[in-house]
Amino acid sequence: MRRCLNSPFLLILALGAVVALLPLILPSNFYVRVVAIVYINALAVLGLNLLMGFAGQVSLGHAGFFGIGAYAVALGPVYLGLPGWASLIGGTALSGLLAFVVGRPILRLSGYYLAIATLGMGVLISMVVSNEANITGGPNGMEVPRLVLFGSRITGSLTWYWISGITLVIGALIVVNLIESPTGRAFRAIHDSEIAARVLGVDVARYKLLAFVLSAVFTSIAGSYLVLLDGFVTPNTTSFLLSIELVVMAVLGGLGSILGSIVGAAILVILPQFLTVFHDYEHAVLGAIIIVFLIFLPSGIVPALASLIRRGPA
Amino acid sequence: MTMIRRSLLIGAAAITAGLMTSVAYAADTVRIGSVLSITGPASFLGDPEKKTLEMYVRDLNAAGGVNGKKLELFIYDDGGDSNKARTFATRLVEEDKVDAVIAGSITGTSIAMRSVFEDAQTPYISLAGAAEIVTPVRKWVFKMPHTEPMSCGKIFEDLKKRKLTTIAMISGTDGWGKAMRAECVAMAPKEGIKVVKDEIYGAADSDMTPQLINIKNTPGVQAVINCGFGQGPAIVTRNYRQVGITVPLYQSHGVSSKSFINLAGPAANGIRLPAAALLVATQLADSDPLKKVALDYKTKFEKETGQPVSTFGGHARDALFMLIEAMKRAGSADKAKVRDEIEKTKGFIGTGGVINMSPTDHLGLDLTSFRMIEIKDGDWQLVQ
Repeated sequence: MRRCLNSPFLLILALGAVVALLPLILPSNFYVRVVAIVYINALAVLGLNLLMGFAGQVSLGHAGFFGIGAYAVALGPVYLGLPGWASLIGGTALSGLLAFVVGRPILRLSGYYLAIATLGMGVLISMVVSNEANITGGPNGMEVPRLVLFGSRITGSLTWYWISGITLVIGALIVVNLIESPTGRAFRAIHDSEIAARVLGVDVARYKLLAFVLSAVFTSIAGSYLVLLDGFVTPNTTSFLLSIELVVMAVLGGLGSILGSIVGAAILVILPQFLTVFHDYEHAVLGAIIIVFLIFLPSGIVPALASLIRRGPA
Repeated sequence: MTMIRRSLLIGAAAITAGLMTSVAYAADTVRIGSVLSITGPASFLGDPEKKTLEMYVRDLNAAGGVNGKKLELFIYDDGGDSNKARTFATRLVEEDKVDAVIAGSITGTSIAMRSVFEDAQTPYISLAGAAEIVTPVRKWVFKMPHTEPMSCGKIFEDLKKRKLTTIAMISGTDGWGKAMRAECVAMAPKEGIKVVKDEIYGAADSDMTPQLINIKNTPGVQAVINCGFGQGPAIVTRNYRQVGITVPLYQSHGVSSKSFINLAGPAANGIRLPAAALLVATQLADSDPLKKVALDYKTKFEKETGQPVSTFGGHARDALFMLIEAMKRAGSADKAKVRDEIEKTKGFIGTGGVINMSPTDHLGLDLTSFRMIEIKDGDWQLVQ
């Protein structure tokens, strides 16, 4: 257990095993769909964690990138005649480009100011998709053409389970590689102290921008996947509340923890499904659970448990 | 450490228990599923819908159920989010194995869920407004509320009666406002109505004075139509009086709840809107076939919930009883048979009007189901 927590590559292996074996025990399509949504959210949270957990920069506007990915696969095939996969790549590139352009000025800010600037960016994207009703269908949303790969339509929860699961494993592998590299060390140096990092010769602006662009790319892919799974997109995919939900997933699971990103996403996606038993008190119970977690495990679920296990008898 | 281990175990046990209860079910019931926007911005739709369904399912079960079987109701809250709605729709089909579905408080969630129920070949009755849900006709999909073209049609009918043919429009950017604006603008020339000014406001705007002054300064405007939903129309109404426009103002049935009158205050006096007869149940002529149904529902809902009746809950009532009648005619809850019977619904009297379904019409309402209503001293008044 100890070694597993210390070795990120073992973690990836374990994640791969879970993704591969879980469909064998999931009793129905509904569960498969819920787990697929967990993977998709985890992918976005993983990206956000790169920015927040490792590089230490806040973003309250990531739903904007989620929405760009989502609307790219909806609009690309309809208006540009692009195949779904090309729209997905195009949307991802667009998110990355936007993060690059917007990131330059706003990453000069820090703390609350950065939070507000990213928030503003997210809200602007949200306003565009809900106001350009002629193109995006406005608040009512629009149908997303099914993804076609190698001549067959990609539908069904199980197919998307595999696609999102494999992407998540690849995403986690990329993040693990990155944080073990000089780039990852630079991220962590910026997180700990910008001034110290600068003194050590780290190009702070460049690495912050890199983290921002990478996290935008992860989140954008997640957005595309989610609406391709649903076959339908609404401006909810760009909403401020979604940005907050992603941040909560990251903080709840544990900032700077890969496993934490997945655990955080899993809790926030799966818990509401169980809480339907409580009917009217669903939201209150969900809120209470999050508060309890954050009071008793302030560093996030995974890091807190990991340190407990490390301290305790092996 | 042991503490943590123990609490983890308890947590796991609780989750497993939750899982068991959601899977365990009695075998011999008629299972009706529902996904509504009970919380969130559309809760003013989902909340009365949920209360209505629960109230009537309880009563129907007390009276013995349908075809000798008890009804079992599965209600989930999507909070207005279409992705959540679709997850719950999948759950209804895969886990709860429902026989029929009454779901979708808003257009976005209704359309997002549509293909789930179509794939599962389960009869699906939507409670959302937009005509696009059932146009073109889809085999398994039906819908209850009046649509935006109907709202335009009824308003134009009233305008022509009053010989007002030059109008201005002011529309919200919410889904309903946008869809209705598009319909009205497209329909106006055919009806001999001229739209001389067409203004737009944001769904979250808190002041519409500039747009209304534009309308005021446009010569020849004989009436104004406000297409919108939520709080926007209430603000338009207040601003309308403040800038001193005197020509008649029309709203859509998107505002047909008491909360609109409360928000708009005295400014609402004299506004006209097309709406279901339910709002003016007590004023209907005794010969009106809708009177008894509407009055019964109004009395029952207001007594049991202590809230004023709205047409939204009324649509949930109509959907439930139309479904129950179809099940009775089919003699079972067999999905295909029930679907066929819903499509054969003729002369069904609901709070929203008389419903006549057909293979080419899965809405079943016409303009006669609407009443033109005027707001007078904080209450609805039937325009004769």
